[in-house]
Amino acid sequence: MELFLIFLSAAIVNNFVLAYFLGICPFIGVSSKLSSAVSMGMATTFVMTITSIVTWLIYHMILIPFNLEFLQYVSFILVIASLVQFVEMFIKKVSQPLYRALGIFLPLITTNCAILGLALFIILREYTFIEGIFYGLGAGAGFTLAISIMAGIREELDLADVPKPFQGAAITLIVAGILALAFMGFSGMISV
Amino acid sequence: MDATLLIAIATMGGLGFIFAGGLAIADKKLRVEENPLIGKVNDVLPGANCGGCGSAGCYDFAVKVVEGKVSVTGCPVGGEDTAKAIAEIMGVDASGSVKMLPVVLCQGGLSEAATKMAHYYGPISCSAMHLVSGANKQCYYGCLGGGDCVEACPFDAMVMNSNGIPEVIPELCTGCGMCVKACPRNVIEMHPADREVFVFCKNHDDPKTAKDVCKVACLGCGVCARPSDGAIVMDDFLPIIDYSKLDDSKIPFDKCRTGAIKKVHLN
Repeated sequence: MELFLIFLSAAIVNNFVLAYFLGICPFIGVSSKLSSAVSMGMATTFVMTITSIVTWLIYHMILIPFNLEFLQYVSFILVIASLVQFVEMFIKKVSQPLYRALGIFLPLITTNCAILGLALFIILREYTFIEGIFYGLGAGAGFTLAISIMAGIREELDLADVPKPFQGAAITLIVAGILALAFMGFSGMISV
Repeated sequence: MDATLLIAIATMGGLGFIFAGGLAIADKKLRVEENPLIGKVNDVLPGANCGGCGSAGCYDFAVKVVEGKVSVTGCPVGGEDTAKAIAEIMGVDASGSVKMLPVVLCQGGLSEAATKMAHYYGPISCSAMHLVSGANKQCYYGCLGGGDCVEACPFDAMVMNSNGIPEVIPELCTGCGMCVKACPRNVIEMHPADREVFVFCKNHDDPKTAKDVCKVACLGCGVCARPSDGAIVMDDFLPIIDYSKLDDSKIPFDKCRTGAIKKVHLN
């Protein structure tokens, strides 16, 4: 039950994108088409889950025993960068069209602050190993949810008659803001 | 040196080494064989990943060039030099591509289009006119004659004729498409210079309304579509031409009552 709550908390109540405003770059950048948005969400979810596993292990097995907690940022970034490289190779091998659709945003998962944020939150909140995995899964699911909703709205938005000053990034950010407002309705439902 | 520093160096070095090793193995296992030409073409591209060519980035453009899906001259940022370099790699002639030219698909000028009761006194700009439902002309689809395209053209290749309809000077036109973007009514379209048949009207009104608002509007009768073997399809009182199927000897141009569909030479 506890694990499920952690998952739900990360996915909906404390959604990384819409409640913490982390990872806005791919959220805006890859949300113009639903299919690539979902794939981006999947790739990010994968990186997040594996990151939560590996960073927990590194932090608790290496950094704490050697009193090297100050190295957490560097080592976490190292983990994330390597994982993203791996995911990039994997996607390129498995699906060329998907690789092309994600384009520059795939390597940019490295600099997605949502992932570093996740690794740091897990340490900060002193989650156990299993809790950390569920937290990572939940955060990824939340990111996928947010980016998919956004892509759905933006596909409709293409047909709307948007005033010229608001076209492009402006209306997208306004929509993102309204979406975040809607997600505020969940706030406080779970406090994990 | 104190011990913490040494341990820190060893730890990070070790971690880096492990991950590098993992990636090296993954690279071997997951390597995708690709055409070496793609890399060569990619190297001569500007590398800005701007998407100006319509592809998802420079690499994507390089792949499409090698596959022959886009022209070697397709990179608008690199311009002529890049086109030459790509052409050399691909072993083709850079000048061989067909030039794209803008076509103004409206001939309802001042003497043809019906005017409104009220007169427009606002700024002479198509985008402003479009906002107030189109200045003086009754047609909601046609050219406004405000000259936004003329102003947008960086090469002075567009002029407004005395009838209030812009004309393209093909010798000066580079096919950049700025006029297409400037037109709020999407009256201007880019077409290969060797195309000859166009519908010079954008009016989707029913025949009676179309006739009232403009003398040269397409009335949507479909007389051009019927003998065309599916090359022309009527969509909401306007013919849509499928150029891949078009055989212009079958199109009865003289039967079009308003001369909306015509055969012209762009160059």
